[in-house]
Amino acid sequence: MSGEYLYYPGCSLKGAGAPYERSLLAVFERLGLRLVEIEDWNCCGATAYLSVNAETAVALAVRNLAIAERTAGRDVVAPCSGCFLSLTKAKRALEESPDLRARVTSALGQASLAYRGTARIRHPLEVLMTDLGPAELRKRIVRPLKNLRLAPYYGCAILRPYEEVDDAHTPTVLEELVRSTGATPIDYPYKSRCCGGMLTTGVPGIGLRLTEILLDAALEAKADALVTTCPLCQYNLEVFQGRLKKPRLPILYFTQVLGLALGLDETAVGLDQMLWRLPLAPGVTA
Amino acid sequence: MDAVRTVKYEEELDAGFASEVAALPGGARLWDCIQCGTCSATCPVSLYMDRTPRQIIGLIRAGFRDEVLRSRSIWICTSCYACTVECPAQVPITDFMFALKRLALQDERYHRSLIPWVERTFVKMVHANGRLTESRMGMKIALRTGPRHWMSLAAMAWRLFRRGRLRPFHTERMRDPESLRAVLRALKAPPREGVA
Amino acid sequence: MTDGPRIGVYVCDCGFNILGTVDVPEVVRFAATLEGVTSAREYKFMCSDPGQELIKKDVRELGLNRIVVASCSPWLHERTFRKTVADAGLNPFLFHMVNIREGVSWVTADKAAATEKAKALVRGGVRRVALQEPLEVRTEPVNPDVLVLGGGIAGIHAALTIANSGKKVVLVEREPSIGGNMARFDKTFPTLDCSSCILTPKMTAVKDHPNITLYTHSEVVQVDGHVGNFEVTVERRPRYVREDLCNGCLECIEACVYRDRRFANEFDLGLAKRKPIYVPFPQAVPLKPVIDPDDCLFLKLGKCKTTCVTACPRDAIDLAMKAERLTLQVGAIIVATGFKPFDPRRKPQYGYGTLPNVVTALEAERLLSPTGPSEGVPRLRDGSVPRAVGIIHCVGSRDANTNAYCSKVCCMYSLKLAHLVKERTGAEVYNFYIDMRTPGKGYEEFYKKLLEEGAHLIRGRVAEVTNAALSKGEIGKLVIRVEDTLAGFVRRIPVDMVVLAVGMEPQADAQAVRRLLTLSCGSEGFFTELHPKLAPVSTATDGVFIAGACQGPKDIPDSVAQAGAAAAEALALVDKGTVEVQPYAAVVEEARCSGCQICLGLCPYDAIEFDKEKKAAHIVEVKCKGCGVCVVACPSAAIDQRHFRTQVVLEEVAGVLA
Repeated sequence: MSGEYLYYPGCSLKGAGAPYERSLLAVFERLGLRLVEIEDWNCCGATAYLSVNAETAVALAVRNLAIAERTAGRDVVAPCSGCFLSLTKAKRALEESPDLRARVTSALGQASLAYRGTARIRHPLEVLMTDLGPAELRKRIVRPLKNLRLAPYYGCAILRPYEEVDDAHTPTVLEELVRSTGATPIDYPYKSRCCGGMLTTGVPGIGLRLTEILLDAALEAKADALVTTCPLCQYNLEVFQGRLKKPRLPILYFTQVLGLALGLDETAVGLDQMLWRLPLAPGVTA
Repeated sequence: MDAVRTVKYEEELDAGFASEVAALPGGARLWDCIQCGTCSATCPVSLYMDRTPRQIIGLIRAGFRDEVLRSRSIWICTSCYACTVECPAQVPITDFMFALKRLALQDERYHRSLIPWVERTFVKMVHANGRLTESRMGMKIALRTGPRHWMSLAAMAWRLFRRGRLRPFHTERMRDPESLRAVLRALKAPPREGVA
Repeated sequence: MTDGPRIGVYVCDCGFNILGTVDVPEVVRFAATLEGVTSAREYKFMCSDPGQELIKKDVRELGLNRIVVASCSPWLHERTFRKTVADAGLNPFLFHMVNIREGVSWVTADKAAATEKAKALVRGGVRRVALQEPLEVRTEPVNPDVLVLGGGIAGIHAALTIANSGKKVVLVEREPSIGGNMARFDKTFPTLDCSSCILTPKMTAVKDHPNITLYTHSEVVQVDGHVGNFEVTVERRPRYVREDLCNGCLECIEACVYRDRRFANEFDLGLAKRKPIYVPFPQAVPLKPVIDPDDCLFLKLGKCKTTCVTACPRDAIDLAMKAERLTLQVGAIIVATGFKPFDPRRKPQYGYGTLPNVVTALEAERLLSPTGPSEGVPRLRDGSVPRAVGIIHCVGSRDANTNAYCSKVCCMYSLKLAHLVKERTGAEVYNFYIDMRTPGKGYEEFYKKLLEEGAHLIRGRVAEVTNAALSKGEIGKLVIRVEDTLAGFVRRIPVDMVVLAVGMEPQADAQAVRRLLTLSCGSEGFFTELHPKLAPVSTATDGVFIAGACQGPKDIPDSVAQAGAAAAEALALVDKGTVEVQPYAAVVEEARCSGCQICLGLCPYDAIEFDKEKKAAHIVEVKCKGCGVCVVACPSAAIDQRHFRTQVVLEEVAGVLA
């Protein structure tokens, strides 16, 4: 275990997901892990490209993996769950179809890139809980988030369809992370139900209803905040609360929560960039 | 009352449609579907669809190309993969939905809504810059949907801007987008839109 | 052999089956040119009487001393032709059968290729038969007793059938009582007979039958021997109650220091409680208490007033009882070990174990049973009677993620449960199914009855059961989310109780049982029958038969039918009194054996022993099945196999490849 990882930010982390990047980099640094951004990475294609052309979508994603492979033996950390799934799908598509693999590798070759299929794609939640583990994390916690009730929200991509990060029906890894920070994970019915994805923009009548169901459940379970692993989920759950006329519920990234517990201040984990402030209890101050 | 014929004669169906859709990897499981309806029951948005996911699979197998490609269902799918995980026959339903979107765009006959437009715009932006600028995409959508819609988001947009999460004058782009375009060109894409 | 081989080759047309693809006259012509072949003939149907006559005539008139028939698979007619050859006066093992149908004409349309292959195979067969030696089939006496493993309805019926013929049966049952799962049911479909009412007379008959020895609370731990002569070791687990002394008064249970029932009763699937000393259910056979050593204070901690001992008027309680092993000799074994239900915790979407009032079908049977914890009226956890009940079909079945097969009985029992629940509680009942499978006698009529009774039969596989309400009517309820595929809408249906129609699976220790008896199993774990159509209760292990749910999911009528069939097969075996043993045994050339003992561990039939004096392996012929593993494995090439001698096999291969 080298403690060094390649970092694939994805377009969202450079946009509305900026707090995710800030807290991710800060947390990794605090834990003594290194993240090196992949050189001149391109968009993973998300779901949009796959709706237009499958082969191009794969090539788009794989270009990043080919660049990653130039640094041998380093895993690629993709914090955005959507990117994580896109990259994973593309990798598997090439593993399953020698035909497609030949065409894509050839096209990459013409741009002086080689792809061997060795790059491993991982989500930072899984990286922290596997490579470090809850016991190790607990040791590093300096500011336990006592009395903080957090609703863990997994979203879709890290669980389905490949169950890369945890079991699709009974996931527990995010609860374990919350517990290791000293906070209390609360139980509620919709931990991995779709947040609405692009529909909150595309067909708000549908998308916002999905978002609302999640918010209602978290609020009913008396959560102080909801913890997410994906910038699109975070955006959907945070930005439309006014429109949905809901009491304000902070929607945080798990890296922000972990960062606070590790002793980083609010700005360091991007809490100042969030729309709704987290009510940190006395003794758990900034 | 107008006479609206809803039933197709066999010769009006597309016998090759099922095979076309099933051409993607793992697609042969299209024929394993036992029409149990678990996909529709677990899908969080099936209640908004004009044809449920199960019906879509059934229609594909029967050759109802038009009905399927023109449905709203395929654009409503958020690709959350719940159906794929629950399906007792392991039919890759979500992947079929993507294939249907591709075919619909290729055929140029599909239910017009914001979503296909967003997806195509996304592709163009990535082509130009190698990456997507979220705020710019947001602005394009706002312009397209009209003032009433984006006014409701204006307050949020302002707050996001104040917190550095929305940079309207910043373009997220690769240092050398040409290196990406070279790959895509070598792949001879786009304009070739297709299933596989 | 006094003179050289005089081989007769017969190539069968098999109507058009072979002739249609293979140029039979050409093969005949070719065969006639082979060394040692005296005559080569073509005939339309070699297996027919005239075909067989042809062989006999040629043996008489042409002095043939070796016969080759090139036709169908030996599986079908090797026995037929061996008999023909024997009738003609030759040793039946001087015959060889070449398959040019299943392996040639039935697998290709290419006539040239088929003919060439047929010729090559015939050449191999001719070379082989020239080297074959005469062998004798042995007969052995058969032990007339039969062992039945498992005391459910299948085991009970098989035991009674055999016992009624006059033969002696030993019935070994793992639980303290016989009766199996059928004893748990309330009513049976489609007649709605009370299950106990039809079962208990048979259970009593077992108890009273002079020809049946019943060992309950016992398990078979070892099986040695072979067809006709099995040696079975049975371990009798201690009941701590002497069956020979106990008269079933049950005073001990009344007297137990535990005033209340505190421990989960296995028979009631944990829904009711018992004391450490108990009878599993009131109609248990034998009706003698048993003590659970994990629950009993004396047996666990050594501290108890043992009021049960003092209360017993017959001094039948023996707290020092130990497990006992005994050995039986039997001629045939019938395995009827039954099934276990699918564990619905494997489908967390349905909320079993996490949501209240979600039960399995078997638990529902106990709730509906008059002797069950609820006295026949199913109640919710809070004691109230449900007003709406959902029954979910296909739980764990027809699912690539759990069990791919259809469990056959669940549609019928789900309809039955719907009827009973409605009758007892007046609740609205909803059945959620993928397909309604009701093929048996009276089953479709039963389905019609349910339709007419007003059960809501919704065609759709349930995606989830949740207690998260999204509308007012769902608060406090269990909500079933399903696509009503017939109506064409996704629905959320609130109910008070959910019954999961779990499928049948092999018992948890099915793999251990089958290794005990050298049985095969399918990919799902059920024991494999010898032939799915023509030998449904026999197995590849001679003398061992299977019956009931251990062979695959099935209902009571089919279990009983199979039990009767297995009994008939077993009787045919033991009644005949003798069994034929094929002479294919392996033989060790002691001079060549280096004593490495590699072969011992490899033999799947435990047929090899090591002779310490001779320092050589020794094949126990009665156990050897002629599989050939030891022959191939021996590094010294010291083992050979009769009728499949290495030299002979190599000669056949050389002939095929020449």
